[in-house]
Amino acid sequence: MKSMYKITLQLQRCARDITNMSQQAVNGISHRGRVLTLDSMNPNVKRVEYAVRGPIVQRAVQIEKELKEGVKKPFTEVIKANIGDAHAMGQKPITFFRQVLALCSYPALLEDSKFPEDAKKRAQRILEACGGHSIGAYSTSQGIECIRQDVARYIEKRDGGIPSNPDNIYLSTGASDAIVTILKLLVCGEGRDRTGVMISIPQYPLYSAALADLGAVQINYYLDEDNCWSLNITELRRALNAAREHCNPRVLCIINPGNPTGQVQSRQCIEDVIRFAKEEHLFLMADEVYQDNVYAEGCQFHSFKKVLFEMGPEYSNTVEMASFHSTSKCYMGECGFRGGYMEVINLDPEVKAQLIKLVSVRLCPPVPGQALLDLVVNPPQPDEPSYATFMKERTAVLSTLAEKARLTEQIFNTVPGITCNPVQGAMYTFPGITLPQKAIDKAKELGLVPDMFYCMRLLEEDGICLVPGSGFGQREGTYHFRMTILPPTDKLKVVLQKIREFHLRFTQEFS
Amino acid sequence: MWNMKQLAYGALARRANQIKDELRQGVRKPYKEVIDVFQGDLHGAGMKPLTFVRQVLAACVYPPLINSNNLPLDVRQRAQKELGRCVGGSVGSYSAAAGIPEIVHSISEFIKRRDGGIPSHPENIYISPGSQWSISNILNVLVNREASPRTGVLIPVPCYNITVLSITQLGAVTVPYYLSEEQAWALQVEELQRALESAKGVCSPVALYVINPGNPAGYVQSQKSVQEVIRFAWEKRLFLLVDELYQDCVYGENCEFVSYKRTLSEMGPPFSGTVELASFHSVSKGFLGECGLRAGYVELVNLDPAVMKHIHTIFSKDSCAPVLGQIALDLMTDPPKPGDPSYPLYKQVGPENCTLVINSLPGFSCPPLEGGLFAFPRLNLTPKAVQKAKVTAEMQEDPDTFYCTRLLEEGGVFTSPGWEYGQKEGTYHIRFCIAAPQDIMEELLRRLSSFHMTFMKDFS
Repeated sequence: MKSMYKITLQLQRCARDITNMSQQAVNGISHRGRVLTLDSMNPNVKRVEYAVRGPIVQRAVQIEKELKEGVKKPFTEVIKANIGDAHAMGQKPITFFRQVLALCSYPALLEDSKFPEDAKKRAQRILEACGGHSIGAYSTSQGIECIRQDVARYIEKRDGGIPSNPDNIYLSTGASDAIVTILKLLVCGEGRDRTGVMISIPQYPLYSAALADLGAVQINYYLDEDNCWSLNITELRRALNAAREHCNPRVLCIINPGNPTGQVQSRQCIEDVIRFAKEEHLFLMADEVYQDNVYAEGCQFHSFKKVLFEMGPEYSNTVEMASFHSTSKCYMGECGFRGGYMEVINLDPEVKAQLIKLVSVRLCPPVPGQALLDLVVNPPQPDEPSYATFMKERTAVLSTLAEKARLTEQIFNTVPGITCNPVQGAMYTFPGITLPQKAIDKAKELGLVPDMFYCMRLLEEDGICLVPGSGFGQREGTYHFRMTILPPTDKLKVVLQKIREFHLRFTQEFS
Repeated sequence: MWNMKQLAYGALARRANQIKDELRQGVRKPYKEVIDVFQGDLHGAGMKPLTFVRQVLAACVYPPLINSNNLPLDVRQRAQKELGRCVGGSVGSYSAAAGIPEIVHSISEFIKRRDGGIPSHPENIYISPGSQWSISNILNVLVNREASPRTGVLIPVPCYNITVLSITQLGAVTVPYYLSEEQAWALQVEELQRALESAKGVCSPVALYVINPGNPAGYVQSQKSVQEVIRFAWEKRLFLLVDELYQDCVYGENCEFVSYKRTLSEMGPPFSGTVELASFHSVSKGFLGECGLRAGYVELVNLDPAVMKHIHTIFSKDSCAPVLGQIALDLMTDPPKPGDPSYPLYKQVGPENCTLVINSLPGFSCPPLEGGLFAFPRLNLTPKAVQKAKVTAEMQEDPDTFYCTRLLEEGGVFTSPGWEYGQKEGTYHIRFCIAAPQDIMEELLRRLSSFHMTFMKDFS
């Protein structure tokens, strides 16, 4: 009982921290007041939230500190299943990639016989394309040209030969950077003319954060939880028509495979979305960073670009689109390199000129990330020495993820009160949780959203950090959490078990 | 000031790339390679990376190297230390939003050492992919797009053009204050005052952007000048944005870099506790020159804690800065010490002072360079020459653009025209990086002199 009391106290303090946004002045401030205050600052910035690294994570970090200082807790470590960071959870990098990057970092290693020839060749090619033959030189803002050419070739190969123009490829600091850049181009207008951007609910909160920051209007379209989080055109139409009353809808964002839901869109669905975008004159943003993370039987990744072109010139010549990819996910998991790109289709040339200016504000994307991207789109070929090891490592990562996806769905569905849709792809599960009314009331009392209350309790009692569904969006009256499937299998089994026990305990406590 | 020229944006850079391609393909030109001094890109200009830095990064990227006897012991130990700070022991994992905590701590210690012991608090420091990213984020918090009148930011003329782009893209208004070319680009408070007054009825200035040491102009502010600016910011209630990227590039006689933070603190109350300050630094310049790694930081002083919470959110939605860049920042702020095997190699490289050469050329004038990485000489053209140049120029561009275009085509030297940075009406300048290795600098000056004499003859 004593530990429960302590936890409640802790939660109350957290609730105060979370909700209390205005604090008293610090020592030394005169009566004059500051230039930059809550009142004077950009009001849009105040609306920005990013749950993946939000309050619950801050509490998790605090708890980790306490553990380090020797504070006794019911657990010995915090498991951070909040963020899609594979290496943080023990996934190993692809050897070939790291060898080439080491050679690029310190070219004297090109003399070292321990590095394979194919790695050396790739490194030499990349270095030749760098200013002063160094990854420390700026590249052009759009990204190193030969790398963009390689990306275009990769896209062509992936999409069955449909041409890709390197001029339409923009390398970026992770996919997020490119997504925000395109939104900056698209968002304009005042009042009723303000750009509206359609985004799925649930969504990856970079989108809602970016839209809040830009002062764009967020238009929510709900994925169908009862049908494996599928996307319905009827729902898209409903959302669009409602939005037309108060804004100017111009953009439709899709995440495929989905985050947080993991659904992999069928080809038919993608066609329907493209058709819808054309009919309603919407710019399509296709977030495809999980394109290699497809696990479920009968599911396949179809790129929006491929489907668009296969629908014929009536569509491929007119629909404006940007698709995004990154080095952070798939089998590479190289989040820390901040590599990514976007391909733009049918962009107005004058708009492209503005795009060049926009990306120049960043100067250039990190060159090691560009180099890594080059390797991802240009991996070892069957006739190369590193091929066997590369394929072994890649297959191991993807098959382990697939296994963990299955395991997660299986175990969660044995828990009364947790409903878990199949994790068809990506890296997360987003199960629905049934919360007793008493728990909902208690949450309200503490000033917390119910699923935040749930997740905070789980964190305090079991040291497992998840992100509450409210951070991603969900239908009113429903509750979820997002958990990554990234911990090593044995640990994941323990985590799933603990969550199950917690859920039963929690439900019991508030029955 | 910048609008009309925006059509030409990037045209010179595109042409430079074209010429480089042509040379690669074997097309004959009066030169074998383009001397690219367009940006402050040290490696691009031929400076070699620091061995210690690159050895540590390679070992971090490919940890089997930590067991290799081919790398010095301090390199291997350092790589191990850095990897120990990465989540999951990999440079491929995300870091905390503000940066790897131990590296943020290193930066705060570096700042404290640099500023004679004045404390620096880690929670006021954010690492980002390059300093412009931080500048952009802080500007985003300052600029209220919905405000009427619009937010204004005082900027120097000449000014680093990318920051100007950031300011205007956020919907703020730039309020130029002219540095005094006749006084070696000195910043005069009267001019700050004039600029502020000119903003009346136009916009609402909230911030004052200063670059010290300068870019493109190569000045280093005296401590007195820094104090004057701080006092002005305090009096007029302006948020100070201080770009100190070139703090390690000081070479003028009797010149010394003194940070705004230190000066602010030493000025004592009421200034030290009230003036809101954001100072920026990065791994791109100085003796590391690692522009391509994209890592910089901002230190925030005297900010409202409630606002800091939102700043944290803004940085966190960007995930984090590239981890290799963060490690490079750590190596910069916590370098090898005397006694370490790698210490002798870890030296500071100072740029050549080429003002002597430039000033010897008729029609060119440049105050002595005190710091930074660029020369920003003035092209002294007679009105007749200006007119003649305008008429000859294909696109009726201004003489400075015309000069740079011709210099690129005929001399194979890629520089940038003064209009990119702003200049007093009727004056023309060019900017070029002076941090290339000695032999390249000599070649550059030789080509520049040769081209310049011809140009001045043709357009006198």
